[in-house]
Order: sequence, then C-alpha cells, then structure tokens
Amino acid sequence: MSEVIRKGYSEFVRIPIGPIHPALHEPYYFFFELEGEEIKNVWIESGGVHRGMEALALNRNYLQIIPIAERICGICSNSHPLAYTMAVEDAAGIEVPERAQYIRVIAQELERIHSHILWAGLGAHAIGLDTAFCYLWCLREDVLDIWELLFGGRVTHAVNWIGGTKKDIKEEDIPKILKMLKNLRKALPEVVDAFLYDPTIVRRLRAGTLTKKDALRLSALGPTARGSGVKKDVRWGYGPLAYGDLRDDYGYKPIIHQDGDVYAKTYVRLMEIEQSIDIMEKALDDLPSGPYRAIEGKTPKVIATLKKVKGAEGIGRHEAPRGEVIHYVRMEGGEGPYRWRPRAPSLNNNFTLPAMLVGCQVADIPIVVASIDPCFSCTDRMTFIDENHRKFVLSYDELIKISREKTWGDA
Amino acid sequence: MLQKYIAKSPWVFHVNTGGCNGCDIEILAALTPRYDAERFGVKLVGSPRHADVLLVAGPVTHNVIEKIKRIYEQTPDPKLVIAIGACSMGCSVFQDSYCIDGPLDEVIPVHVYVPGCPPRPEAILKAVLMGAEALPEILKKAEKGELPPAPDIKEKLERYTKYRKKVAEEASE
Repeated sequence: MSEVIRKGYSEFVRIPIGPIHPALHEPYYFFFELEGEEIKNVWIESGGVHRGMEALALNRNYLQIIPIAERICGICSNSHPLAYTMAVEDAAGIEVPERAQYIRVIAQELERIHSHILWAGLGAHAIGLDTAFCYLWCLREDVLDIWELLFGGRVTHAVNWIGGTKKDIKEEDIPKILKMLKNLRKALPEVVDAFLYDPTIVRRLRAGTLTKKDALRLSALGPTARGSGVKKDVRWGYGPLAYGDLRDDYGYKPIIHQDGDVYAKTYVRLMEIEQSIDIMEKALDDLPSGPYRAIEGKTPKVIATLKKVKGAEGIGRHEAPRGEVIHYVRMEGGEGPYRWRPRAPSLNNNFTLPAMLVGCQVADIPIVVASIDPCFSCTDRMTFIDENHRKFVLSYDELIKISREKTWGDA
Repeated sequence: MLQKYIAKSPWVFHVNTGGCNGCDIEILAALTPRYDAERFGVKLVGSPRHADVLLVAGPVTHNVIEKIKRIYEQTPDPKLVIAIGACSMGCSVFQDSYCIDGPLDEVIPVHVYVPGCPPRPEAILKAVLMGAEALPEILKKAEKGELPPAPDIKEKLERYTKYRKKVAEEASE
C-alpha cells in the first residue's frame, strides 16, 4: 500500500476508509482504488486492535486465561473461552460430564442467535434500513435477558470452566427460556420476509459475490463459506460436545446457499437463527441430569489437577457464529500453559474481502464489509517482527518454521 | 449559551480504541428502542466534527494512539470525553501488555468515567446526560485553570512515529 502512496500518481482515484470510521466499529484500515464508482483494488491494514494477548497469557494460570479469552471479542464472548477450555480438557484428558456438554451447547446456540440477530441489525443499518435495525436489536434484548437470567451477564457471560461449566441451568428457568424462544420464533418471519423477499432490500443485497472457488482458495469459514456453497460446519461434521448426539437424533444439516453474494449470507444467517432455536429446544428437552463439573472443588483444586499434566497438547475446535474457532494449548507442568494459540474465524474471512469488493460499487462497501460479520478484535493478535525488529513480511515456509521452533524448541 | 443546548441534545461520536467490542455493542444497544436514547436528544453522529460528546471505549492500543489524539482535536469545543468501560479506565485484563498505551486519561483529558465490563446501556446513557448537564461547571473550572492539565504523550507519540516510519521503510525495501 505504501508503495502506491509513494508513487504519487495513479490513474485511479484513491480513498482511505478507517481506521476510525462510522461504518467500521473497530479500528481497521481500508484503502480503495476507484475508477469512477467501481472498485479496482483493495488493501487492508490490520493491527489496530493488537493487544498482545498470547504474551499476556504466559503470565496467567489456567483459570485466569478464561476471562482473557472472553475478551478477545465481546460478541463471541462464549466461543473463545469454550474453545480454550476444550483445548485444555483435550490436553489433560478430562472427561466433561454430559450435562455440562448440553449446557455448553445451549449457551453456544444462545450466542449464535444473539450474534446473528445483531448482524442482521447491523446489515440493515449498513443499507440504511434503520427500522429493521431497531426492530432486530429490540428482539435481541430478550435474548440478552435470558443470558442475564442464566449466567448473570449481558455481554460477558463466564459460562465455561475447565471440566464443565461455571453455573448449572435451574429447572425453574427452563420455561422462561422456552417462552423467549417461542416469542422469537413468532417474530422472525417478519424479518425473514423483509430481508429475503422485499424487492428493494434484495436488490441492495445482490452485491459482493464470493465464488465457491475463491471461498475454498481463501479458506473462508462459517456463514461466509456456507453462503458460497461450501458445506463446512464443525457442529455437524466433526460434532463436538453434544452436537454429535443432536445430529444423529434429529438429523441436522449445515445450511448452505449457492449464490455467494450478500443475499446468500443473509439467507444462511437468518435460517441458522431458526435452526438454533430448534436446537435449543431439543437440547433443553434432552438435558440429562447429573453433575455439571468434572473436577469437584474450586480454583486450587483445578489448578492442582492441571499442574500434574506434562508434555501434552490439545486442540479445541467448534463452530462460533462467524466460523470455526481453533485454540491450541501446550501444557508443560506449572500453573499456566506453556503456549496458548487461538485462531479466530475472522482472520480467514477478512481476507476474502478483496475478492468480494473488487468490481463492486462504492455504495456497496458498507454492506459487503458487514456481510462477513467482521470481528477485527478477534484477528489482531499477531505481528511479524523478528528479534532485531527488522523483518516484517515472512514467507509461508518461514512462518511454519518459526511457529514450530516456538512450540517445540530448537529440535 | 451553547452549553445550554448541548445539555438538551448531546450528539455523540463513538470511538473504539482497540477494545473487545463489548462496550461498543452496549453503546449501540443504548440507542435502540428498549433504552431509547433519542428521547433525551442523544444522537449518534458519523463525524467527530459534528459531535459534542466523545464516547471512548477500549484500552488505547499502540496503533491507535495518534488517531485518538487527532479525533480529540477534531471535535469542536466545548466537548466532553466519556471513558466507557473498565478498559479505558484502567486497561482491565490487558494491563501488563506490551502494546497498550492506555488508560485513556493518560492520552486525552477525560471528564466522565463509566465503570463496568461492559457497563450497562442505562449507565452509558446516564453518563452522557450527567456529563452534558455538568458541562457548564466543567467549562468554568477550565477557565479558572482548576482542571488537571492535559496529559503529556510526547514520548508515546514519538515511539509511534518511529514505529510507523520503520514499517514504511521496511515495506519499501
């Protein structure tokens, strides 16, 4: 990008958007080259939200990392701690009780509902439909009420605990959840109607096509990939937690759409809200009784159990609202992990943006950028600087070599 | 004169300085029908040049320090800065990190603090209204020179410019 600036002359018009801009809610820098109204080139500069979390985690113990993981992103504040606890459990060989697995599924689906409604509202806002924005965010408040009722927080919930969940779902709360789901199910058709059948909105949403080939090449994840016809959903493929059981019992399938444009992604998300409501109802119905934590006792007991684990590594993966989240943990004794490495879906999805934006109109920028549900705070956890602070761009092979060295030592 | 009208309808601009999004969605939630900020005349605007109030969330990362200062300078006087959330008050869980230049009151002057991680929409709304009402008092104090001086961020800015220069050099090589 800086090369283009330095050249000083180009036949295209250049506009910067960001880092602080009303259409982007987070500091992120876009740089567009235009010919008339058409976008010819896009550069993305990230790093505004880099907070050095992995370095911070080196000085924390296993349980203190849960709140940090929760604050990777305020919207997927259940997905990251869940993936982290799954990774630790995988490494330490802790078996999570069945009830905890169902509670985690319920929390995860509740998050998906809230996140997709939030997205639909922001998408409506991006195309200037503020009525839908207000209506959808009003619906979302009911979901947040349930979060507050079950786990005590609106945005940061603290559901997860190593070896289970922090809180149990009480019997008397279940009718309230079911009532909320029923109301939501009743209110949704109006929204689906507006987004998928209103001719004005549909024409605004027919922009920013990501072909299936590009989606596979750039390894897009979540609704971004599913909107391009890629059948990729960790819940129904790999089947973590209780998702495997639910899939086998009720035959859930990933929701896909072939078109690849914003409309397709909207379709996938809106249909997933319905699917999630269904999953939550089924999971609440099947909620088994029993303990909800594998390790009895409070913090010292959990830390003491984890301290004994040496030379183990684990992976936690599951489907967050934006795509697959992967956390890697390596345990070498001691109170905290030797290495903790999260990978958020937005890292992959953000770099599909150039492929989508080239050829679009300027007016389509907000909705196309919004269509991947970008979560920049998820991605900015890495800078490529070597020890002498000299090298900034690393090749693929070098990156692999460095990460191997970092994880395994020089061997 | 102007302060009287600001209290009746404070226009807010929302800045994220590298936070987790939690505060930002609560700021947006405060504008939606359940909390309905518009009944107090609170309106979200698209440019700091139109704003009376800056709502700043996040722990101020190394990369945005210069931008946040510029946004502060672009906002016309009289202005009010509200630090939203535990991050902008004291960096919260990111406290010891190597690339955090916060908390916010070490970068720009702050008038109102809203604690919480994240604070509830009601709290954000109340802070905007309280701050707008207290604005005449704040301005009087500023005239007399009773407010603490603006923080000195020369060192931090130098570090930032040095870093940017290095990035540009490396990119050109």
